[in-house]
This record gives sequence, structure tokens and C-alpha cells, in this order.
Amino acid sequence: MIAERRKLTAPHVDPETKEFWEAAENGKLVARFCNSCEAYHYYPRTICPRCGDDDTEYREVSGRGRIYSYSVMRRVPVPYAMAYVTLEGTDISMMTNIVDCDLDALEIGQDVKVVFSETEGDGPPLPTFTPV
Amino acid sequence: MSINGKAYIAGAFEHPTRKAIDKSLAQLHAECAKGALEDAGLTKDDVDGYFCAGDAPGLGPLALADYMGLKLRHMDSTETGGSSYLVHVAHAAEAIALGKCSVALITLAGRPKAEGMATGTAPRNYGNDAPDVPFEFPFSPTITNMYGMCAMRHMYEFGTTSEQLAWIKVAASHHAQHNPNAVLQNVVTVEDVVNSPMISDPLHRLDCCVISDGGGALIVVSPEIAKTLNRPLVKVKGAGEAPKHQMGGRVDLTYSGAAWSGPAAFEEAGVKPGDIKYASIYDSFTITVLMQIEDLGFCAKGDGGKFVADGNLISGTGKLPFNTDGGGLCNNHPANRGGMTKVVEAVRQLRGEAHPAVQVPNCDLAVAHGTGGSLGTRHGSATLILERE
Repeated sequence: MIAERRKLTAPHVDPETKEFWEAAENGKLVARFCNSCEAYHYYPRTICPRCGDDDTEYREVSGRGRIYSYSVMRRVPVPYAMAYVTLEGTDISMMTNIVDCDLDALEIGQDVKVVFSETEGDGPPLPTFTPV
Repeated sequence: MSINGKAYIAGAFEHPTRKAIDKSLAQLHAECAKGALEDAGLTKDDVDGYFCAGDAPGLGPLALADYMGLKLRHMDSTETGGSSYLVHVAHAAEAIALGKCSVALITLAGRPKAEGMATGTAPRNYGNDAPDVPFEFPFSPTITNMYGMCAMRHMYEFGTTSEQLAWIKVAASHHAQHNPNAVLQNVVTVEDVVNSPMISDPLHRLDCCVISDGGGALIVVSPEIAKTLNRPLVKVKGAGEAPKHQMGGRVDLTYSGAAWSGPAAFEEAGVKPGDIKYASIYDSFTITVLMQIEDLGFCAKGDGGKFVADGNLISGTGKLPFNTDGGGLCNNHPANRGGMTKVVEAVRQLRGEAHPAVQVPNCDLAVAHGTGGSLGTRHGSATLILERE
């Protein structure tokens, strides 16, 4: 079954994470990096949830990744694939949808790349992924 | 300091309704409270501590203390989703040990069935101020696809099969056939489960719990009061609680917070998983049970599929009789929160008051375990070890 495009709900943009969504508007996927413990985390926070330091900044990531797990939601009007994707060059996984794909051909470990999906109204685009 | 032996569960009540169109939410709470107090042989005027969670209306303990006419010197509205009521038992034991109260009432109630809630298939927005919501809600996470991702990863890492998961529902259905209040009373087979409609891969309709209205209540009392009541003595022997989350993005869906709350509870109780005669295990989905059985130490991580297969959870034939009321999978999952009924059935077993067809002989040591929130994102685990004296 080929995934139909869904109109996604616009994310709530709050002051702490607006830069993440501004990057998305520009087609870039960023993740928060902590200069103190030299590790990424997700979702982005000002204070690093790993080490507790506030020396954190956004860094652009490659936009490539690998499916950690997924589940195709079938008992809904438009079936869709939920997933966690582990981002290349990091040890962090983000919740997302796998789009523009055959919903019956997805696999854990599959290589994917970011593709931004439109949201309702004037909302910023969402980082979704599609098989490479 | 330990809570081992500092408090007893003297009253336990499960509301018989499964669809409460003609009742208010506060009324359900009060009916549950009344049932548990009558079970204990106490009245509302004996209650000096009250515990409720996010299912309570308004400002929780304030709204319901007012509604029920309670005069209190201790209250607690700890909210960890469906596991809240197991946490409440532990916190009530702590408060009793410190002399902050001596008769604690815990209530749960809800009416998702009457309200037509799409519990498992509609995304829930916990509010834009929840920091995870902007990064998750727009992708349409639901309870079923989040647990589906846990099951997919478990299958990938350990070779767990849908048929093994189905055995959990089969066992629950064997128990529910003896419960006249259960939503689903028919015995099902592995084939019935795997041939039921797919909700979200790899979870079929029969891998999911029921949606039901109702609730339950517990009365936790001091040892001095417990010994004056004409009820079997069910002692709180150990407790553990822990949140598990995404750990800053290092997502690991293969285990639950039971890996932390379980060992803490067993250590406080001074017993081992092998000593347990009966287990109430949170069963929002079949995969929930399987992961927690591993994390509580009943088998090695990854061996849960083999452990639950071939009827090993069925009372009378299996090694680990579980959820003998039919559990959330078949009997009742009031307010979309299964923690209260886990404690209630454990108390029934320890008192020897379970249905004779499912009563575990000489049941003197039980575990009740709950998970609240979502195993796929963030959840609160709570484990209780209970003993009949």
C-alpha cells in the first residue's frame, strides 16, 4: 500500500525551540548539541538533559538516518507510518513519519533521508523521512 | 527506613459497571469509595488520607474531598497515568509509616466508553506546554502505534512472534470466562488473535485492551487498624517506582521502567520473582505484558515470547498465573487506566476471594505492576509486592 500524503498538524512553536522550526522553513534539519558533554540530544532543550550544562547550540545534521522502529497505523481513514529514526552521525532517534513509501515494504534498519512535509495553515514544515 | 509491614490493604473494590452513561464522574469515584470502605468495614468518617490522579475532576483531591464530604489531614494527587494507583499505595504506606494518616482512600474512575473516546487510534494532545508535544503530536502518535513500535523492535531484536503475543490474550480470555462482569467473556485462540484486524503493525485488535467505564478504590490502613478489621491481612511488603523516557533521544524500546521499579520492590520486600505465586501485570496491550514480565525478572530479556507461550500464564496450568480477573485485555480498563484493577485482583487472590476456577492455591505472595503513559515515549512504572499474613 502506497502512503497517501496527509496534511499534518502544525507544530506549536514556542520561544525555546523556534530556531529548530526556522531551520525547517529553510529546508535544514538541526539538532541540539551540547558543547560540554559533546553529545546531541532530542527533542531540543536549552539545558542538556544528558549532563545538565547550558552550553548548547543547534547544529545541522546530514538529514540521513536509519529506521529504529516503525508501526503502520492501519485502522484510520488514511494509513500512515510512525517511526523513530536514528540520525546519521549521532546516537539520537527522533519521532517522525515515513512518507512517500510503500507502507508494506518498510523495515527496521532501512536507510532514510529527511523530506519536509507541509503542515496546516501557516505552520512550519515537519521533518519526515523517506526511504533512500 | 522501609515500608515493609507498615501498612495493609484493608479494602478493595472494582465497580461492576463497564458503561456508565447514566452516572457522573464524581459519582463513580464516590461509588468506588463507598464500595471499598464497605469491603474494609470502615466508613468515610474513618478516612484521614485521600489519593487520586489525573482522572479525578477539577482540582482532584479538593473537588472530591468536597463531593464526598471527607475531612483529611493528608492528600496526594501523584499523576503517573495508569500506574498512579500503585504509586498511591506505596505513598499511602509511606504517609502511614510517618503518622501522617492512618486510613488512606485511593479512587479511580472514568467514562471513556460513554464519551465515545477513540482511546487507541486518536492522537492525544497533552497540551502545547508539554515540551515533547511540538516534536511528536503533529506526526499522529497514538497509544496503539507507540506500543506497536515497541513490539516491532522486540520482534526485530529477539525474534518474538505475533503468535507468542497472542498467547497473552488467550490466557486472559481463559480467566475472563469466569468473570460475569468482564467485557469479553469468550475464550479465544491464538488463531483468533492473529486473524483479528490489524490496528497498527504488529498489534491486532485482540492484542489491545478493552475500553471501559467504571473504576475502583482501595483502602490502605495502619497495622493497628488492620488488626481490628474482620478482613484477611494483606501487607504492603515492598514498592518501587520509576519514570522511563527517551533519555535525551537515546531511545530504547526494548525495556520498560519495570527494570528499575521491579528490583527496588523485590529488594524492599526481601523476596525474588521465583517466590511470587500470582502476578497482576499491566496489560494495555499484549506487548506490555511481555516486556514487563522480562523486566520484572520472571525470565531473561528477550525470552518473554517463549515464556508466555503455551498457556504459561493461565491459572491452574501455567507457572505464572496472571490477571485472573481477565485483566485489561478482557475484563476492564476503566478510565483507560489499568493500575487500580491490578491491585484489586492481587488483593482478591491473596484473600482467597478470586473466582474458584482461577484462585491460586495458598496464594500468599503477589506482585502488582503498572505502567502509565506510553512505553513508546515516556511512562511511569510502579511495582508492589503484597503478602497475606
